[in-house]
Amino acid sequence: MRRPRFGKLGLRSVALTYLALILVGPLAIVFWRTFEHGFAPAWNALTQPDTIHAFELTLLITAIAVPVNTVFGIVCALVIVRRRFPGKGLLNAFVDLPLALSPVVVGLSMFLLYGRNGWFGGWFEDHDIQFLFALPAMVVATIFVSLPFVAREVVPTLREIGDEQEQAARTLGAGSLQTFRRITLPSIRWAVIYGVILTTARCLGEYGAVAVVSGRIQGQTETATLRVEEQYEQFNLAGAYAISIVLALMAILVLVAMTAIRPKEGAA
Amino acid sequence: MRRRYLALALALGLIAVASTFTPLAAGRGAGTQLSLVAYSTPRDAYAALIPMFQKTPDGDGVSFTQSYGASGDQTRAIIAGLDADVVELSLAPDMNQLVNAGIVSANWRKQSYKGIVTDSVVVFVVRPGNPKHIKSWNDLLRKGVQVVTPNPFTSGGARWNVMAAYGSWRKQGKTDKQAQQNLLRLFRNVAVQDKSARDSVNTFLSGKGDVLLSYENEAIGGQKKGQSLPYVIPKTTILIENPIAVTKTTHDAAKANQFLRFLRTPAAQQVFADWGYRPVVPKVLAKNRKRFPVRPGQFTIDQLGLGGWDAVQKRFFDPKTGIVARIERQVGGVTG
Amino acid sequence: MSPASAAAVAAISPRRARVARERATTALSLGFVTTFLLVLVGLPIAALLWEARSDGTQSFWEAISSPEAVAALKLTLGASIAVALLNAVLGTITASVLVRDEFRGKALVNAIIDLPFALPTIVAGLTLLALYGPKSPVGVDVAYTRAAVVLAMMFVTLPFVVRTVQPVLQELDLEVEAAARSLGASETTVFRRIVFPAILPGLLSGMALALAKAIGEFGALVIITGNLPFKTEVSSVYVFGRIESGDTAAAAGVAVVLLALSFVLLLSIGAVRQVATRHERA
Repeated sequence: MRRPRFGKLGLRSVALTYLALILVGPLAIVFWRTFEHGFAPAWNALTQPDTIHAFELTLLITAIAVPVNTVFGIVCALVIVRRRFPGKGLLNAFVDLPLALSPVVVGLSMFLLYGRNGWFGGWFEDHDIQFLFALPAMVVATIFVSLPFVAREVVPTLREIGDEQEQAARTLGAGSLQTFRRITLPSIRWAVIYGVILTTARCLGEYGAVAVVSGRIQGQTETATLRVEEQYEQFNLAGAYAISIVLALMAILVLVAMTAIRPKEGAA
Repeated sequence: MRRRYLALALALGLIAVASTFTPLAAGRGAGTQLSLVAYSTPRDAYAALIPMFQKTPDGDGVSFTQSYGASGDQTRAIIAGLDADVVELSLAPDMNQLVNAGIVSANWRKQSYKGIVTDSVVVFVVRPGNPKHIKSWNDLLRKGVQVVTPNPFTSGGARWNVMAAYGSWRKQGKTDKQAQQNLLRLFRNVAVQDKSARDSVNTFLSGKGDVLLSYENEAIGGQKKGQSLPYVIPKTTILIENPIAVTKTTHDAAKANQFLRFLRTPAAQQVFADWGYRPVVPKVLAKNRKRFPVRPGQFTIDQLGLGGWDAVQKRFFDPKTGIVARIERQVGGVTG
Repeated sequence: MSPASAAAVAAISPRRARVARERATTALSLGFVTTFLLVLVGLPIAALLWEARSDGTQSFWEAISSPEAVAALKLTLGASIAVALLNAVLGTITASVLVRDEFRGKALVNAIIDLPFALPTIVAGLTLLALYGPKSPVGVDVAYTRAAVVLAMMFVTLPFVVRTVQPVLQELDLEVEAAARSLGASETTVFRRIVFPAILPGLLSGMALALAKAIGEFGALVIITGNLPFKTEVSSVYVFGRIESGDTAAAAGVAVVLLALSFVLLLSIGAVRQVATRHERA
């Protein structure tokens, strides 16, 4: 049958052209610009103590935000797909909203809420808690901007696989948690994996909202992306790109690690 | 089984990294700590100045936290509660916002040197060899000349460009109406409006435009980093003045003021000069006159007789009724 | 339900106990999700709403109907919808190639799909400018035009549809497709009747993400579009301009309107999915 082969080639070329133009091209530029002037500028930028601290801070924030959003995402998806309640469509759309806010607006809203003259600013000050311009605000901002991904990945998969197996388990007497662990979770594994990968990539690369609420305190509240901006301001483009490459490599590492934990290929 | 080991290794790796993490500064320790919050460009200068200060008797044992960002961003952060002892911003209206928020005293202008720590001027950054022979503000109005300038509503610093243009035409003898008309023609030639000065330098370096309206210290700073930014100082241009002040919320006013005094010493001003800023101390400026020629038509915002930044801000840059807002609408093809 | 009565019910009817437990779980999880969303997402939106009305309704109306704001809104929504649709097609093709096709380097390609996301937006803007700006090595200069708006949005939304369709495709039972083919169905029929309905929820999910992200994008756009009011200025840049000018009420107002419109679009996507999958339930 010759038709499937041509179709396949056609699709492949469309996909690869698209990726070449929008993905591979820009990435190639990033690599080239990093090493355009040799290894030294890139290495210098990466080994400055402030940069190393920035990477640690980014990883710490990511390590907090990703599990939180994963748990939320899975529970949220289960509730949306498997349960009945009024306003389901509203909740579903609401989950995507954080993405529609530009980072400037996220920062503004956080100032309105937690700033000195904000809704809760006074409460934090009275209790001597540093929320803004410190780790808590940065974590909250990061959770906010990476909120929807796990939920968005799991919802369609849950819908697709249907709940016959879960119902069967239940009639056999399995509890909710057992059903979840033994039946639901394995079937949404891929969705969770991709959701975690997207969330992690987002947390690593988040700049705008975190920049605003961080106060940009050198050596303290600068994340890796803020260091990228700093390098850019100082005309050290090689340094800016070098830090970005490390972030990209971290994202790839997470992807490789997660797909290595994948279940055995089932139907594929 | 292999997967489990991989997951374990990853987890251990993360824990190892996390354990090397030094906690965010746990408040002030022994010895004074000063928080410096400034706009983005003087970072390199302060990297040299702070160690210099720490070697003086006044600065002995003083530690610093530093924060650099866009002038408007920093202003808003301080109002929202960012800790600051010393604040340096790129233009006076931003400092006035802090005054309105009760963070800086209204007397900041009464300090030495009127509260200014460094100066600069608006310049034309051109292509090598200046192929379009752009030397004066009228050259910017020629057909086919593409001008790059930041958006005056997203970049506080870009307002210097607008006032430099307007003021220069007034100094040439044009009436207020004619100068405004020229501003309109200028904006018709503006090809890109970046959000910040640094972005506009980047746009120019990426090949767009024939002339970039920028600041002398940006051009010199970029040149120091190996970028090709030849510039022309027009005969008439505005003197950019960067304000600095000690906050009312400072933890150590005496020490903070000592730091400010230090910044006006000849040695410190020379460091600023090395990084492209015009010293405010006349002696030091004179010593560096080769690099910083003073053009005959140079003026300050106050010398325009428009009532200083407060009045100019309202008249020109009010988002609804300002002259520049109206010009942007006209250029965009919207009447009224 | 107290433990005593729960035990009593369990003794009477295991099924009723199960239903009661299920209701409790629903309530608990729904409570968790709603609280989480209210605190994390609802509060900021409430704060923005409050700020938007802080200058009075007249001011609010003026702010959101100003010609520049409306122009930015039209550009942002138009470009975002176009990008969502483009992503739907190209993302699905990419996902299907990644799942079903085999070629050298596929694993590498799969690994880099998410990178537009892990790169800070400054870098995204800079590389797009380098590649498709005045000094383009491929001779394509779309910088500072409306095309640049679409380009930058495509870059930052690239992973979405791909990654939401991939897991569905991976779980899809190939036997059904093979059976259909062996019965003589053409490729298009197989796609139309079997594959497409299955991936539609995932596709729509990814489109929703792409739409929302494109609307909220700032960093990459601000570098490559030139931000010319009425021409290439998007809403996020306009809002930034308002904040910088000290007019936070106007900024919040436009942001809230943008949010409301996004919400409506997202609801529509949800409605499309419900309608499209209705025959499945029938």
